[in-house]
Amino acid sequence: AYKRFSELLPKEERENACSARVPKSQILTLPELRANPFQHRICRVFSTSYNGDDSMSFEDFLDMLSVFSDSATSDIKSHYAFRIFDFDDDGILDRKDLEKLVNCLTGQGEESRLSNAEMEQLIQNILEESDIDKDGTINLSEFQHVVSRSPDFASSFKIVL
Amino acid sequence: RDCQQADIKYLSGWKQWKRTSSKSLKKVLSEVKELSSYLELWRRDIRSIEGKFGTGIQSYFSFLRFLVLLNFIIFILMFSFVTLPSIISEYGIFNSSFAKIPPKNIEPHCTVYKPSGNKGLVYFYTYLKDLLSGTGFLEVTSLFYGYYTIDAAWLSILRYNLPLAYLLATFAYLALSLLWIIKRSVEGFKQNLVHDEDQFQSYCNKVFAGWDFCITDPNAAQLKHRSLQYELQTDLEEERLKRKIADRTMKEKLRIYSLRIFINIIVIAVLSGCFYSIYRATVFSQENSNDVSNTNFQANLLVQYLPSMVITLANFIAPQIFSFLIRFEDYSPAFEIRLTLMRCVFVRLANIGVLLFSLWSQISYCATDECKACGYNYELYPCWESEVGQEMYKLMIFDFIIILAVTLFVDFPRKLLVTHCSCKPVQWCGLQEFGISDNVLEIIYGQTICWIGTFFSPLLPAIATIKYFIIFYVKKISLIHTRKPAARPIRASSSNFFFLVVLLIGLVLAFIPLGISIAHIPSSKACGPFRSFNTSWAVVPDTVLGLPTGLQQVLHGIASEAFAVPFFMVICLVMFYFIALAGAHKRVVEQLREQLVMESRDKLFLIRKITEAQRH
Repeated sequence: AYKRFSELLPKEERENACSARVPKSQILTLPELRANPFQHRICRVFSTSYNGDDSMSFEDFLDMLSVFSDSATSDIKSHYAFRIFDFDDDGILDRKDLEKLVNCLTGQGEESRLSNAEMEQLIQNILEESDIDKDGTINLSEFQHVVSRSPDFASSFKIVL
Repeated sequence: RDCQQADIKYLSGWKQWKRTSSKSLKKVLSEVKELSSYLELWRRDIRSIEGKFGTGIQSYFSFLRFLVLLNFIIFILMFSFVTLPSIISEYGIFNSSFAKIPPKNIEPHCTVYKPSGNKGLVYFYTYLKDLLSGTGFLEVTSLFYGYYTIDAAWLSILRYNLPLAYLLATFAYLALSLLWIIKRSVEGFKQNLVHDEDQFQSYCNKVFAGWDFCITDPNAAQLKHRSLQYELQTDLEEERLKRKIADRTMKEKLRIYSLRIFINIIVIAVLSGCFYSIYRATVFSQENSNDVSNTNFQANLLVQYLPSMVITLANFIAPQIFSFLIRFEDYSPAFEIRLTLMRCVFVRLANIGVLLFSLWSQISYCATDECKACGYNYELYPCWESEVGQEMYKLMIFDFIIILAVTLFVDFPRKLLVTHCSCKPVQWCGLQEFGISDNVLEIIYGQTICWIGTFFSPLLPAIATIKYFIIFYVKKISLIHTRKPAARPIRASSSNFFFLVVLLIGLVLAFIPLGISIAHIPSSKACGPFRSFNTSWAVVPDTVLGLPTGLQQVLHGIASEAFAVPFFMVICLVMFYFIALAGAHKRVVEQLREQLVMESRDKLFLIRKITEAQRH
């Protein structure tokens, strides 16, 4: 893992890779993240930089890898998945978050989006299945409850270097 | 990490040592696990397939790898317990010898068996014909049952009961396959049960766990996007369809049900047509291949392979007919797929059964008295187990040739045509998708043949291992170069379980012919380890009678009704207990869900009360 991280840094800074921060544009060149529609959200969630430029240090990089590894518990994974899916960072998944999530899944471009009626039907179904307190949004515990019943989550939410 | 470091300062020395030792132990364990994963066969290939084509197709390849390992273990089992002792005693290594006890009380004409064995000068093509059909020089090798005409082997001073070992090795490999498949499918079953119970959770599963984070290739990502979009749209459409079905009128329902009954009758007619043609082909092939006239090499080979060709043709045509017919039955798309799949599975496995049945009817067809004395048709089939072994061998070889031929002569030219010729009809045909279910049925069909055939031909699992090994690489190359991924992806969790269930059906279906051969049909008196017994099963009661009386009584007690009936009732009680427990848990889960809803309502009520109180 250290080798992969130091490859991302320009040559001069490779000696003290432990303390350097890699800018977001470099992180996105990693093959594992290149094709991922949630790449921006992943960088935002795992980055601990103070000036909001989403750069990642080696510790952030390790954090990210450990969450996506096989040995992370499903609690940790669902916690971080919730933060990744929460596009407006307000701590709950409301209709707008869900809409952005579905659009990320189906791909960029006009012809790959669902029609408005289909989107409405889909969001209605999702809320019906997961919103237990019927407040129109999904909070962390509801999300974790739904994900724990989902058989594909553990196998799809992982990145292997 | 900061929390951990803060903790360390406050812990005592003993706890610190415990923590560091457990950390180093975990590190050692993970390194051992990593090393052992390097030994795993084809690990890198399957990972790259997963990255490029998704988890559905990857599950097909891991299934193939599982079959390679299973066949290899079965081969080791049969080789070490049956073939190795025979070879050792035959060549007298380690000061061993064997005994061929001529059977008593048997008519002498039953024991005449002269396999040709190809001595002297023969044409070259005879060798090729023998290689492809298992006759001639192959018939006398250890490949087939007829070689093991040994009643007891002595390795130095130990007496090795070969007939018993042969039978027990057969039971052992069947039991091993059963246990291994069940162990693998238990996990999938748990997932499937949870998944099926909450049918209405499927949307959340697709949306929250839909993106496969392992995908690294941008092309694959594009395909995944498209497939997700397609899947979501199909599900929504299915829901709309369900609502429409619920609103059907009585007249429409009557029309649709009568149409379905009619189509099922057509399906049964197609199936009977297949079975009858296989029966006739087998009878024709057996009658004509027993003629001594070996003049025309090609015609003879054709006649030998006629049953295999008819079966392959039926396996190819029947699914096409089924997928055409099901469009008229107006089911929901998911049910359509499952029903077609079930019908195809039934066709493939029943074809093997019909072949074996027609073989047996030929073998036990007895007109004369002499024949009745032997119990089987001794003139045409002095060693009938070898004949059955040869048929299974031919089926396996032909299956392998067809898979190779289809890949070479259909897939690659099609790809060349599509890339170089831009005329409309060719482009409309396009590349073929990698049909996971068709490929899985193909290899399960091959595996069922292997299971049935291993009793009659102990080295067959080795051939199956090599065959699947080569097929892995052939399919991988064909997938990467000539296929486009399926537009309707099957998800990994449900497909793993489905493959194993169908494999289990194949195994259970393999039990039936084996059971009938071992216990019902008299074993041939001219060859094989069961010469001196009535049926192959008779060696077990014989051995039991030779054991000390105490053990004999225990075994008789276990097999008697006084033990079996209470045992069966206890098992039923245990099963009912578990079913009741599962039902009770389900009810508890429902109650807890309602409680959660109540809690949130209480919270809202209290918050409203507080705001009202604050206002006053």
